[in-house]
Amino acid sequence: MKEYLKQIKNLWSLIVGLSITGDNLFRRTVTVHYPRRQVDNLASFRGPIELLPSAKDPDIPKCITCMMCMSTCPSGCITVVKQKVPKATPEEEQAMAEVEARGEKVKKHTAPKNPARFIYDFSLCSLCGLCVEVCPVNSIGFSSDVYMVVRQRSELKLDLLARLSAKTRTEGKMKEVA
Amino acid sequence: MLKIILNPEFLHLILAAVAVMAFVAANGLVLVYMERKIAGHIQRRPGPYEVGWHGILQPIVDAGKLIGKQLFTPDGADGLLYWLAPIVSFVWVLPLFIPIPFGPKLIAYNMDLGIVLILAFAGVNLLALCMAGWGSNNKWSLLGAARAVAQSVAYEIPLLLSIVAVAFTSGSLSLGTAVQQQGGWPWQWNIMVQPLAFLIYFICALAETNRAPFDLPEAESELTAGFHTEYSGMTFGLFFLAEYANMIVVCAVATALFLGGWQGPVFPGVWWFLAKMYILLFIMIWLRWTYPRVRFDQLLNINWKWLLPLSLANLVMTALLTKLF
Repeated sequence: MKEYLKQIKNLWSLIVGLSITGDNLFRRTVTVHYPRRQVDNLASFRGPIELLPSAKDPDIPKCITCMMCMSTCPSGCITVVKQKVPKATPEEEQAMAEVEARGEKVKKHTAPKNPARFIYDFSLCSLCGLCVEVCPVNSIGFSSDVYMVVRQRSELKLDLLARLSAKTRTEGKMKEVA
Repeated sequence: MLKIILNPEFLHLILAAVAVMAFVAANGLVLVYMERKIAGHIQRRPGPYEVGWHGILQPIVDAGKLIGKQLFTPDGADGLLYWLAPIVSFVWVLPLFIPIPFGPKLIAYNMDLGIVLILAFAGVNLLALCMAGWGSNNKWSLLGAARAVAQSVAYEIPLLLSIVAVAFTSGSLSLGTAVQQQGGWPWQWNIMVQPLAFLIYFICALAETNRAPFDLPEAESELTAGFHTEYSGMTFGLFFLAEYANMIVVCAVATALFLGGWQGPVFPGVWWFLAKMYILLFIMIWLRWTYPRVRFDQLLNINWKWLLPLSLANLVMTALLTKLF
């Protein structure tokens, strides 16, 4: 008998449930009507990674080619290629030989710090963000590119250096227009 | 022959059949829209929005899509049963509308045994589900059909008993008479005399029309779509339409028996009937988007341990009191 009374008492929870859904029925909807309105919280969106420009030249990334991102990436989707040491001209070589002959320290050419190529395979990337975290100069960040579409898998192999200069070009144009 | 055709009684019936079909189709569209809108807003989203003003043309577009779809028989299916099932399901819903008094004069055919006719023909839908489940040669369909049988057989009993209790008080099995005996104000309605019968009737109606939380025959998460898993296009559309027509019938009967039918405080007429019916339909949809599906043992427990004894006790009490007073 006691159990039956308890079951009848529990019927009250049905009313509670109805009141919750009934309450939500008349509240404002929380979805965004996409083509007419768009979300504006893209700062936290993880798009394919991009290189961030250095302060001096917007075409050249901050990257110092330390290869940390390449070795950290768990899916191996980043390939960074160092720039080669520029070859010395015959005159320079002669000058160097003279300096060496005098027994002084030779100032040889060194490779520039920024990378020669920065290839990123988005088809392998899991957007884990380890490269963003590990980069010592904050040269890598997530883009807010919501609309990236390709027709073939091979198109997902992105040349980030080209994308960076393309971005600075469009931004420059936008500034000119403004 | 001409004499029969020109007979006003015959013309009346033909007219009624056409009107009922139009009513079922129109209400199907309205209910689909209503259901999707309510479902959306309960989940804080707008529901259909793109086709027409606030998506009001969406059901029409959906109907067009269903009509345009390809129909085919699955491998190893029983062709006759498979194709007959949706037709049986839909055609036998139409007679259910004959004895329902929508207005003081708006009734297809006022018969003395209206309630009996509705209860008898409502059982045929179950046969259609059975045929669909068996004919599809699909395990989900068969399971859905088996569940439908167990559920409908169980819930028809308290449904019947609660209706009989009301018939005792009104002293008639005609829906028209039941409405006329009630008044316009809520305290003159049968629901005041028979609140328990109304509650039992409504719960059983939910189960009979396979509505959530008793939608086990078509439980999406377990049986993909239950008995109509294999159906596409308009064959599925007919099942769908029949389900909504059944919902309208149970709500119309509830309105006539318990809520005073077309009677209202002012201007009695068909609008009162439709308003009450649609409030009940709204509650049905609201319940669907609130409660989770019951388990099968729970479903049968509710029926055999609660609804059946309660409706029996209610019937005995009603019989005693009507005899005494």
